[in-house]
Amino acid sequence: MSALIKHTPLPDRPPPSSQTGIVHWAKQHLFSSTTNSLLTLASFYVLFLLVPPLVNWALLSATLEGTDRSACEANGGGACWTFIKIRFNQIMFGLYYGSHPEQIWRPVLAFFMLIGLVAPLFIERFSYKGLLAGFILLIFPFIAFALIHGAWLGLPVAETNEWGGFMLTFILSIVGIIAALPLGILLALGRRSELPVVRSFCVFFIELWRGTPLITVLFMASVLLPLFFPSGVDLDKVLRALIGITLFQSAYTAEAIRGGLQAIPKGQFEAADALGLAYWEKMTFIILPQALKISIPGIVNTFIELFKDTTLVSIIGLLDLLNMSQTAAQSAEWRGYDTEAYIFAAFIFWIFCYGMSRYSQNLETKLDRGHKN
Amino acid sequence: MKAGKLMIATFALLGLSLSAASAATTLEAIKAKGHVQCGVTTGLAGFSAPDDKGAYQGIDADVCYAVAAAVFGDRSKTKFTPLTAKERFTALASGEIDILSRNTTHTLTRDSSLGINFTYYNYIDGQGFMVKKDLGVKSVKELSGAKICIQAGTTTELNLADYFRTNSMKFQPVVYDTSIQTREGFDKGACDVLTSDKSQLAALRTELKDPKGSIILPETISKEPLGPVVRQGDDQWFNIVKWVLYGVINADELGVSSKNVVAMKNSKNPNIRRLIGVEGEMGRKLGLSNDWLFNVIKQVGNYDEIYQRNIAPLGLIRKGSVNALWTKGGVLYAPPVR
Repeated sequence: MSALIKHTPLPDRPPPSSQTGIVHWAKQHLFSSTTNSLLTLASFYVLFLLVPPLVNWALLSATLEGTDRSACEANGGGACWTFIKIRFNQIMFGLYYGSHPEQIWRPVLAFFMLIGLVAPLFIERFSYKGLLAGFILLIFPFIAFALIHGAWLGLPVAETNEWGGFMLTFILSIVGIIAALPLGILLALGRRSELPVVRSFCVFFIELWRGTPLITVLFMASVLLPLFFPSGVDLDKVLRALIGITLFQSAYTAEAIRGGLQAIPKGQFEAADALGLAYWEKMTFIILPQALKISIPGIVNTFIELFKDTTLVSIIGLLDLLNMSQTAAQSAEWRGYDTEAYIFAAFIFWIFCYGMSRYSQNLETKLDRGHKN
Repeated sequence: MKAGKLMIATFALLGLSLSAASAATTLEAIKAKGHVQCGVTTGLAGFSAPDDKGAYQGIDADVCYAVAAAVFGDRSKTKFTPLTAKERFTALASGEIDILSRNTTHTLTRDSSLGINFTYYNYIDGQGFMVKKDLGVKSVKELSGAKICIQAGTTTELNLADYFRTNSMKFQPVVYDTSIQTREGFDKGACDVLTSDKSQLAALRTELKDPKGSIILPETISKEPLGPVVRQGDDQWFNIVKWVLYGVINADELGVSSKNVVAMKNSKNPNIRRLIGVEGEMGRKLGLSNDWLFNVIKQVGNYDEIYQRNIAPLGLIRKGSVNALWTKGGVLYAPPVR
């Protein structure tokens, strides 16, 4: 009798072959209906038209050897990455560092210092976050400037005129991002303040900057501002752009944060009031931690936008990553290789923007407290 | 008092540098800061663009090197500010730069309303046309009804419309944003004709897939005399920049080049002796040392050397062109150094 009853379950049988494997996946996703099948075929055809020539141009028949254009001309047909190789330092660090490669450690050091300083902010158990954030905001910019410019430390001077390439793009956007965040928080709080003067000032400020395109702001900073100063007074052009970008960005950050503040249920405010917390305690401990978390996608979105918007500084003659690449393709040595320059610049932008958006997704998951719908 | 100090501190923080030399002449200010600040394009082949080592090269950049050589006896005492077309005059007017050498056309409006002075011309350009060879066109007059690739928002566009209207011809504009795009459009056959300044056309032609398949028509439909510009109100500085340009042209005319300028010190020709400062007090009269042009020619070269180094590689031959000397059929004519 007992021989008939099996006490251990049978092992799972594999699903029928029509339900697994690449064939099934393709059937489900690519050929589930006539329309889908047609679309799939059309897409494959487009890919077939685009990808092989692109791969051929960018990789298979591309040139990387040599030190001048003769290598590319001899090869013909493919992309001329020799150009990017020779001009790499220039496109990444601008004219001064491009011609003084032995000094490149300075911006690189500043970059890694920044990463080293920012990293502990994301360690949950690190308890001096406020102090560190203050250091990054108030002291680090001077250290970074001293390193990159050089005059204060007695290093060879790299004038802001000769800053450029990815370094300038990074400086413009990171200063815009870091400086705009506290400003934006203050503006967002001010806009919801009950004090009429503070509120109207914040509304006026935010609407003024939001109502002006960045290109106008930069243009004002570069073309009109110098005319208002007495002759002989010269406000650095990079600094002018930085101030313009920061003020502009702070208005957008403020609005992203205001969205977060509005999403906090009234009960939270009332509970904080009931506990007898003063305004700043209420904001720092109860409201802002929740509001900022909700605003992360919005804030990161404005940051990514700013990172790309910095290319607008080319209209005021600053040689940022895009403009530097274009300029490099105008030199006597590399005239005509604009496509390579643009593709390289696009690639760098993509790496950083994609990195930022991945990071924000990561941050959202980490900070998720179950409020997600 | 306290508020004043606070303001000064704020200004210092903002990076405002109150230069002490604001009341002095441009030359004194330049000598005090130790370099000539020069406004150039953000990158235009043959005129000014940074090379592999990050140094600006081109006929416009050479004006700056030449002025630095004249003032300091050292061409490397030059700093460049890349400028866009829109901000160039503000940068000059606000004192951000000392010379604007940024392929700028001399026109009456600019001369009279911007507070600037055009010195002389370092390159005389003009709008021309490039066509595909297989069209068999030999003159602009045969282009009625043609599709013409053009860069938006430039005087090129206006000149083209004027010219075709004057000759009662029709054209179809194909407008692009940058000169690179016009080249691509022309290359891909979006238009039969590409119009731009001739220096640009020559440069763009070398970048085509098949440069030999296109020709530049002989007509020039506009006058674009390009040259360095200085601020109004400082005649000494105006004279210096002007005479550095005259100087390199005179050197070309007299056959003094960077290679033979040292040997020319023994020349018997009084014009050459005055030019390179062996005789006379020519430099002093401008507030410079007498060997000013010797330094310029030694370190930068005469006009022909500058042209051959920067413009000739674009495919523009100087011989027989408008940029040749007046003695050789061109229009470059410099007053004598005496």
